[in-house]
Amino acid sequence: MSPLRTASGGRIDRSKRLRFSFDGRGYDGVAGDTLASALLANGVHLVGRSFKYHRPRGILGAGSEEPNGLVTVSRDSARTTPNLRVTQVELYDGLTARSQNRWPSLQADLGRINDWLSPLFPAGFYYKTFMWPKSAWKLLYEPVIRRAAGLGEAPTRADPDRYAQRYAHCDVLVVGGGPAGLAAATAAAASGARVILCDEQAELGGSLLGDGRSSIDGLAAADWAQRTAAALAAHPRVTVLSRTTAFGYFPHNFLGLNERLSDHLARPPAGLARERLWQVRAGRVVLATGSIERPLVFPGNDRPGILLAGAAQTYLNRYGVKAGTRAVVVTSGDAAYAAALDLHAAGTEIAAIADLRAAPDGDWVQAARRAGIAVLPASTVLATAGNLRVESITLGRVTGGGVEAGETLRCDLVLMSGGHTPSVHLFSQSRGKLQWSEPLQAFVPGSSAECERSAGACRGVFGLEEVLADGYAAGADAAPEPTPRGTQRFTVTAPAAAVEPYLGTLPASDPPGKHKAFVDWQHDVTIRDLALATREGFRSIEHVKRYTTTGMATDQGKTSNLNALSIVAKALDVPVAEVGLTSFRMPYTPTSFGSFAGASRGDLFDPLRRTPIDGWARAQGALFEPVGLWMRARYFPQPGEDMHAAVGRECRAVRSAVGAFDASTLGKIEVVGPDAAEFLNRLYINQWNTLAVGRARYGILLRDDGFIYDDGVIARTAPDRFHVTTTTGGAPRVLALMEDYRQTEWPDLKVWLTSTTEQWAVIAVQGPKSRELLAGLVEGIDLSAAALPHMSVARGRIVGVPLLLFRVSFTGELGFEVNVPADYGRPVWESIHAAGNAFGLTPYGTEAMHVLRAEKGYIIVGQDTDGTVTPDDAGLSWAIGKSKPDFLGKRSLQRSSMQGAARKQLVGLRTRDPTLVLEEGAQVAASPGQTPPMRTIGHVTSAYFSAVLGHSIALAVVAGGRALVGKTLYVPMPGGDLEVEVTSPVFYDPAGARLNG
Amino acid sequence: MADPLLRQPPTLATTEWLTLLPPATRFVLHGDAAVCSRISDAWGAELSAAACRAGSRGERAALWLGPEEFLLLSFAAADADAAAVGAMLAARVADLPHALVDVSHRQIAVEVQGPHAAAILNGACPLDLDVSAFPVGMCTRTVFAKADIVLWRTALDRFHVEIWRSFADYVTALMGEIARDYPA
Repeated sequence: MSPLRTASGGRIDRSKRLRFSFDGRGYDGVAGDTLASALLANGVHLVGRSFKYHRPRGILGAGSEEPNGLVTVSRDSARTTPNLRVTQVELYDGLTARSQNRWPSLQADLGRINDWLSPLFPAGFYYKTFMWPKSAWKLLYEPVIRRAAGLGEAPTRADPDRYAQRYAHCDVLVVGGGPAGLAAATAAAASGARVILCDEQAELGGSLLGDGRSSIDGLAAADWAQRTAAALAAHPRVTVLSRTTAFGYFPHNFLGLNERLSDHLARPPAGLARERLWQVRAGRVVLATGSIERPLVFPGNDRPGILLAGAAQTYLNRYGVKAGTRAVVVTSGDAAYAAALDLHAAGTEIAAIADLRAAPDGDWVQAARRAGIAVLPASTVLATAGNLRVESITLGRVTGGGVEAGETLRCDLVLMSGGHTPSVHLFSQSRGKLQWSEPLQAFVPGSSAECERSAGACRGVFGLEEVLADGYAAGADAAPEPTPRGTQRFTVTAPAAAVEPYLGTLPASDPPGKHKAFVDWQHDVTIRDLALATREGFRSIEHVKRYTTTGMATDQGKTSNLNALSIVAKALDVPVAEVGLTSFRMPYTPTSFGSFAGASRGDLFDPLRRTPIDGWARAQGALFEPVGLWMRARYFPQPGEDMHAAVGRECRAVRSAVGAFDASTLGKIEVVGPDAAEFLNRLYINQWNTLAVGRARYGILLRDDGFIYDDGVIARTAPDRFHVTTTTGGAPRVLALMEDYRQTEWPDLKVWLTSTTEQWAVIAVQGPKSRELLAGLVEGIDLSAAALPHMSVARGRIVGVPLLLFRVSFTGELGFEVNVPADYGRPVWESIHAAGNAFGLTPYGTEAMHVLRAEKGYIIVGQDTDGTVTPDDAGLSWAIGKSKPDFLGKRSLQRSSMQGAARKQLVGLRTRDPTLVLEEGAQVAASPGQTPPMRTIGHVTSAYFSAVLGHSIALAVVAGGRALVGKTLYVPMPGGDLEVEVTSPVFYDPAGARLNG
Repeated sequence: MADPLLRQPPTLATTEWLTLLPPATRFVLHGDAAVCSRISDAWGAELSAAACRAGSRGERAALWLGPEEFLLLSFAAADADAAAVGAMLAARVADLPHALVDVSHRQIAVEVQGPHAAAILNGACPLDLDVSAFPVGMCTRTVFAKADIVLWRTALDRFHVEIWRSFADYVTALMGEIARDYPA
């Protein structure tokens, strides 16, 4: 066992040895260690290089406030996590960790040159340095900065782990499982409330776990914590979550918690989720987030071996580790004396306690003196020495006239304490207002914005007895029902300690800024940087933050904020409270992407919607394309066919015989009620009240700005009932728009909407032989042109199942759409195919459907329209119900700009070379040979090769296009201008004879 | 009459906690209190005046989904002919404004049951499913991750979930993924 490990005590199991490696070297630790405590037990302080200057850095803290000890922990090449805090990594057997931001090694890092060159890297250096020459940015500066920026490396393989997520609700969410949080949860649970208690550490108890002096209700502090946590965990209405960080506080008491499930296990069971994201909606929130010890700002305060005093005490009492053999303690008040006395008792020599106070006195000071420890009053620190580990500290003495040089003490450990800063991160995230506390020299929660209350040290209550009482009261207040016992008193024995915080730079003999005194360890911000920022005119703390990077990013200023603030306030000569605090951002500590993604990866990223006929198409070897969330069969290649050949064959079959197409994805809305016709009249541009039962009409829906929003065939199936179809992708938004108008604009209308998209399987049977084919299958409907003309609808049966039959065509051929309840879709489709063999029935996909409709000049909303196309632009003004007083978008259409002859209008384009298919989206120009920037007058919206016509076709929107029919235009492409002739958009059967057959 | 053997509903693998319910006859009914009162009589299962409550009787149920909006459900073999059931109901309210729409095939139903039923649902449904907030007999339209569902608690540890048919694979596969964290 290492001589730095105590013989007994702490919350570790010395009998369970764990092997681990750090930077390739093997070490021993014990069960219960963190990586930090295990490294310290091996005498390792140096754990990283600083961000900018690459200075050697050691462990500063013992918890999530650690700014220096960022390491990469790897299980394998896919399970590699950078930037983990050594203080939060629980040790397991076989753990492999690497330091970051160093090359070639942590001990000899070439980047250290930045430290000597630091005059070149003042705050904001990148804003100033990389301005010229302009060409150097892309070639030199950006590549170099990108290489130097950031810490650690992202894993190179996909994350193989599972990440769970869940929603949860509770009456009371308690964040933090220290004394205040345990007391709050106990009170809330006693009232019968539903409670969630979370804590970021492996074990609940917070400060109690490292407190060897206090007792609560007759139990040692840590034992009381353990017993209380166990009682809460056993309570049926309480959920206790350890290793769970409340990382974000969102509106209406919605909090994000990240629970780490397997990172602490040497061999996680297969399938166990690595993390679980809890999204918690809490009735009330009790924030018991504690406080963070404030470091002191003095020259050379960042050397390895310089720790927060409380952290050293935690390592000793909780992990049984002495952080050094000879220590100097620098403190602003009583807080560090307990650490000094504990370490002294454990055998660490305390060379001196350098107290900032002019005349320190009281129980703690006397206890130290009784223990034989030298207490030096009116102290300050002038310098430290040591490269990879602190070797000595030079003290100073503050006198009336200034600072006198004091003695230089040899040491391998410096403990510092500037008091404690309440952790108000989550309170600030909740938009609560902070207020400045003069006695605490810190911001504490003022007025709340949420149903929330802070308790204990995070609101500046520090004595253990007071903290427990405050926590209990907060929990009782938060519970919706009174707690049976009302208030509870805890019997506490704990030594009192005076709260004497210190802010800003320690007194020095040299001018401030001559030596590097760090304020923000993580971002390498010194007092010099802050002074420079204020000299350069930055006044707002938010601007200073961004200019110097103090308090930014993953650290969120846990150890640095208040010192930075006071230094800026001093430089500006204003009170700290006036400077204000920067906003705290979520997450409180870095949170993995995996936990946000959860199961939403791969097949579960999005719903993949398939029609009832999908299985048949897959069995036939169809190729699919995504349309919105739907997968639709694009074409059905036969052996040896490419897409071009298959689509050509499918198109010819529809024009010459009969084709079948799965149109089930078509959006469908049943509009029912005595006012159904009036409702549609007000929405769609067409006339609906004159539509007879059994007839259908092509409807166009505009937005209120007059532009085409959706289209589809609408049939009247009863006097008070319409079957509305929409585009595949438009169904949800059309229904939402309809509901919006129904509920908010026209609540007087008796009409109701029901989505029936998935009620019906839709089979389009199109082609000259479609009637003949269906006649053998359909019962109860006269299919003749006289009885069932184009744009009509009838009910009957097909192969025995209920049928809603439309006589409609999106191909220009004689056509029908067979609607059957969805469970019958597949068998009816198969029956049609069986009967269709005799007629040459060919299944066709979306690609042939696109070609067939383009041959007829039928638009597809969203392809040939783009949200700026009016009905007239699309050549559809015939559809407007001229006698209607109003419809959605009518007023917009009356604006002069909506009626100009130069608006882009839908036309057809024929290429001079008939085999050449234009690119959709290509620009159209009036004259050839232009150079950029060209003047273009339109663009191609659809382009295909028409196997039936034997040449390519295209639809385009062109300014004043209808007047240009017969003219030649040009499509400029990288290889030169392509000549096109403007035509009517209807390429096939312009008279419509086939349609009405 | 349709040959019932011909109906091909979506299929799902059943697990200890997930059961695909047989095909049902379903209607969405819109109408005011007078309509509800007459339909309650005809349907047997009461159309609740209170929000988010389901009435059920035998194999029929009526789920309140919104003001003047109900989902009528029947798993009774005698109700298999939706057109006939629809005609029977429509006849009762022929003189009152209403909308009755057959959605029998639009969606499927599954049952999620067992001690982890609420936890599995809460893996992707943001509602409070504690029995104090979502008691037996409560129903609502809600979401399960990126899909709409209708959720109805039929027992302390049993939920009836209605899912549009093309979302069924997604919803149940996601439930299966979530259930891995709740071994039986």
